[in-house]
Amino acid sequence: MKILVCITNVPDTTAKISFTDNDTKLNKNGVQYIIGPYDDYALARGVEIKEQTGGTLTVLHVGEADADPQIRKALAIGADDAIRVNADPQDSYFTAAQIAHIARQNSYDLILMGRESIDFNSGVVHGLVGEMLGVPSYSPVMKLELNGTTATIAREIDGGKETLTVTLPLVLGCQEPIAEWKIPNMRGIMTARTKPLQVVEPVGLDEMTAPEKFTLPAPKGACKMIPAEDAASLIRLLQTEAKVL
Amino acid sequence: MSVLIFVELDNGNIKKTSLEAIAYGASVASQTGSTATVLAIGQADNSELEKAGHYGASKVLHASDEHLAHENALAYSDVLFQAATKEGSKIIILSKSGLGDAVAARAAARLKAGVVSGVTELPQIDGAFKVTRSIYTGKAFATTEIKSDVKVLVIRKNAIEVDEAAISGSAAIVETFASSRRDSDYQAQVTNVEKASSELSLTEADIIVSGGRGMKGADHWQPLLDLASALGAATGCSKPVSDLDWRPHHEHIGQTGIKVAPNLYIACGISGAIQHLAGVNGSKCIVVINKDPEAPFFKAADYGIVGDVFEILPKLTEAAKALR
Ligand SMILES: Cc1cc2nc3c(=O)[nH]c(=O)nc-3n(C[C@H](O)[C@H](O)[C@H](O)COP(=O)(O)OP(=O)(O)OC[C@H]3O[C@@H](n4cnc5c(N)ncnc54)[C@H](O)[C@@H]3O)c2cc1C
Ligand SMILES: Nc1ncnc2c1ncn2[C@@H]1O[C@H](COP(=O)(O)O)[C@@H](O)[C@H]1O
Repeated sequence: MKILVCITNVPDTTAKISFTDNDTKLNKNGVQYIIGPYDDYALARGVEIKEQTGGTLTVLHVGEADADPQIRKALAIGADDAIRVNADPQDSYFTAAQIAHIARQNSYDLILMGRESIDFNSGVVHGLVGEMLGVPSYSPVMKLELNGTTATIAREIDGGKETLTVTLPLVLGCQEPIAEWKIPNMRGIMTARTKPLQVVEPVGLDEMTAPEKFTLPAPKGACKMIPAEDAASLIRLLQTEAKVL
Repeated sequence: MSVLIFVELDNGNIKKTSLEAIAYGASVASQTGSTATVLAIGQADNSELEKAGHYGASKVLHASDEHLAHENALAYSDVLFQAATKEGSKIIILSKSGLGDAVAARAAARLKAGVVSGVTELPQIDGAFKVTRSIYTGKAFATTEIKSDVKVLVIRKNAIEVDEAAISGSAAIVETFASSRRDSDYQAQVTNVEKASSELSLTEADIIVSGGRGMKGADHWQPLLDLASALGAATGCSKPVSDLDWRPHHEHIGQTGIKVAPNLYIACGISGAIQHLAGVNGSKCIVVINKDPEAPFFKAADYGIVGDVFEILPKLTEAAKALR
């Protein structure tokens, strides 16, 4: 079994977001970076599967060197080796093309991703990669079991859940409760230092989309408090003032 | 050259979010001097599909082959690709959902198109084609230029204001769209589908009543359900609530759950942790009911009531019933 797990390097969920350079760049000052939470689920399930079936697990990140600590963390959690495509990706198509390029060279059985990145929240990279490779893609996947080369998948659909079986290779966007997040142990951290992290240059490709300027939402007006005794008047305000009823 | 809009059907009806996508696509079409064509996949009556005309579409391509009856993102993306190629469409619009994102992504890969998901407004078109999208889980927006020849936009709920009262336009012409079938899209065997069919879907709902740990337990949900039914609202919950199995997992809203953008979100006994807010910050109006005046959710709210949910909910239900 050859598994590829694609991780993002993103501001922590609770990070305060602001911008610099005339609102063209994220202000990284004081922002803590993490492996994307959904990618962390993908990684955790990938490590479990590798431990059960044997084989190798590679982590892949398309991004710059400041992501190396997160890549090392993924190695400490149980990946065998890592590849970083040295680019600053701002466009889903570009990112997907880089991942597909690496995947074509190594023919993985299973490519695991997060359901979405928490910086761009696009939820499209797995579909793009799947089509680029001519392989089925499913998301969001809450359960993944393997029996030889047959995968049983449970995934969320609008208002419910669908279970399906399909043969590898596959590209999957993962979410909880597919696995429990894993915390690196001391031995993992020690061995991660010497595991290979290969840095490769991106394949040439024009970016299809490019962010130009960032803005913050308009500040919220003060919350109008309604006395509990007078709760019923809320309904009238929602109708006549907020006009949402 | 028409703008192509992919719509989703629910039991033969065009979903509300898809009607918004049609209105959005029609507006882009008028900005660019072209027409709006809708692609509908699955079973639906002509009388329903003609409605697309009221929202500004001139034509509906209806792909209703038997093998397309079960929702299949792989096959649907192929049909979208075929329709876009036949129509010569350079701009493709979908509404944001699990299906929408998957279909958009796979079609974009084949069309060599830039794809932007989470678009919140109509595009600015002046030489360059720019859209605004939600990023960092609702904490910011990015104005993004789409440079590719073919452009795929996945729009969020409320990206365009649709005034239902002002809806006019004539019926759209409905044409059968005969598509070819790729066998590779049918490798998977769907073994089970659990769908609460009577439920109003959270992503579609205009009003959501949502409960947190302050609701105390699965047996105490009735007052919340009563308010939801009086308002015609869908119901949601916080993550601990679904973790505790008080409510089903697909109702859980937030960072790791579903992201919603209703006109009205009523939070009952939810503290307002940042991970929960991440799923609701697209809402137009937020009401918070919490016994703790210091609950962080009040900072994100438009209206707040400090008090016990079990006393307040019945009062609201009564007032809501009186509206009808
Ligand atoms: C990585 C990560 C991802 C997460 N993702 C999500 C997510 O997607 N969605 C999510 O919701 N959470 C998520 N969480 C959890 C989140 O941090 C909070 O723990 C959670 O939202 C709290 O849920 P709650 O408000 O229901 O419960 P609590 O925080 O326990 O709040 C209960 C509230 O009810 C009030 N209350 C109690 N009794 C009453 C009463 N009788 N009347 C009125 N008010 C009352 C209390 O004052 C309190 O404010 C995530 C956490 C992490 C770390
Ligand atoms: N720069 C990147 N490097 C590696 N994987 C990525 C990158 N961007 C996105 N992904 C993967 O694609 C998934 C979906 O991302 P997105 O489409 O941006 O929401 C993420 O959860 C990751 O697994």
